[in-house]
Amino acid sequence: MQALLSDTALIFGRYARQTLQSRFQMLFGVLMPLLYLLFFGPLLTGLPLAPGASSWQVLVPGLLLQLGLFGAAFAGFSIIIEKNLGVVERMRVTPVSRLALLLGRTLRDTALFLFQAVLLVLAAIAMGLRAPLAGVLIGFAFTALLTLSLSCLSYALALRVRTPQEFGPVVNAVTMPSMLLSGLMLPMALAPGWLDLLSHLMPLRYLVDAMRDAYLGRYATAGMLYGTLVATAFLTLALVVGTRVFRRAGA
Amino acid sequence: MPLISTSGLARTFLTGRGPVEAVRGIDLSAERGEILGFLGPNGAGKTTTLRMLTTLLAPTGGTATVAGCDLASDPVGVRAKSGYVAQSGGVDPGIPVREELLTQGRLYRLPKAEAAARAEELAHDLGLSAVLDRPCGALSGGQRRRLDIAMGLTHRPEVLFLDEPTTGLDPGSRADLWELVRRLRDEHGTTVLLTTHYLDEADALCDRIVVIDRGTVAAEGTSSALKLRYGGSLDAGLQETFLAITGRGPASSDTAPVAV
Repeated sequence: MQALLSDTALIFGRYARQTLQSRFQMLFGVLMPLLYLLFFGPLLTGLPLAPGASSWQVLVPGLLLQLGLFGAAFAGFSIIIEKNLGVVERMRVTPVSRLALLLGRTLRDTALFLFQAVLLVLAAIAMGLRAPLAGVLIGFAFTALLTLSLSCLSYALALRVRTPQEFGPVVNAVTMPSMLLSGLMLPMALAPGWLDLLSHLMPLRYLVDAMRDAYLGRYATAGMLYGTLVATAFLTLALVVGTRVFRRAGA
Repeated sequence: MPLISTSGLARTFLTGRGPVEAVRGIDLSAERGEILGFLGPNGAGKTTTLRMLTTLLAPTGGTATVAGCDLASDPVGVRAKSGYVAQSGGVDPGIPVREELLTQGRLYRLPKAEAAARAEELAHDLGLSAVLDRPCGALSGGQRRRLDIAMGLTHRPEVLFLDEPTTGLDPGSRADLWELVRRLRDEHGTTVLLTTHYLDEADALCDRIVVIDRGTVAAEGTSSALKLRYGGSLDAGLQETFLAITGRGPASSDTAPVAV
């Protein structure tokens, strides 16, 4: 356990230093949600998206999850490059904990996307978002849970494929439907019955619903409960899959 | 007790076109301080064997011990006592040499101060002191290879596996590397198992040669014993000997390192 923690801290440090050296990597992820905030957000201000809520309280939780979704799902790209450089195998022949090789990386990603999430919320406040502090913090927690889970799965997938050409299309095939079917941009409450039904099959929907509740200051709702349960279950699944793939040799 | 010993070590890959038997049962052993050369045509199973002996790949048959640790039941022990330098090395071109050496020490669970001291010591031993603060990507081919080896020596392993250590090096760097391997053996009693395509290298450097072909050991012995037995006389070239053993030439066209 002690070894796992110190190994994880070591791996986290290596990749965090790499990230800190690249301003591009630190800021690029926030660009897409920021563009939505600036050029899409103002279109919604007059629309009655949810009773008693400003459009920003509906949009910003979705954009935070979008940031986590697109950022973390592609996290695995870096390990494909490292695999080709031989870095992954070089580390795997040392006694370092296999799980730490995964956790160190995913924790770096989580820290990075939380940093970008804070930037995005600050920009949103400047645009007109008003939400309770506790709700905003709960929102960050959900963003962190999603990022952890997705980057875990992304590394697991990346370790199994040989080339970036195989990895990109698979990730795209997952992220785009996830974004559309979870109502990240506009609440699914606006959807016709069949679409609403379909979207209930998408785990991400429960997270965004819970976050929207949080941004409205409603903490003891069914949506919050479902969101928490789904996020926790998803993280557990991701950790199980990730651990299995990282433990198995020959990747 | 031999430091490396394998018995019937085998690995079959399941592919879309049916099973591929990359290694079909290898028996070999190496004593403490021995430099063992692993020779064979491309695709003979050299790298696959090395990847099994370094715990990167699980064998599908046979057993092996490395530095007294059983490969199957004590992979952590094998990792702690052996070092591996792959064909592709394994440093990040964007990270400074010192940081890579330091991280490597920490991966081998050295305390921080000790890892820093070991990085200095390795750099000094391998002539890298002047480039410690340069990014790995800025090193010359010879320096890069020495760095790769330094990474594998971080924890003073009893057994060192080198996969084509001199491929792509100029003659001077190659001679330096041979010197380094001999020094490791003489000063630390390290057992070295190295693969090579260069027959002169096996001749000059290795105490014993194991020729593998199509996943099994085709011949083994000292260079002169092999020449005498397969080449017909002590004066036989190792090239003809190699051809006589495998029935085909050693790797000719592709001497470029292949990514692992």
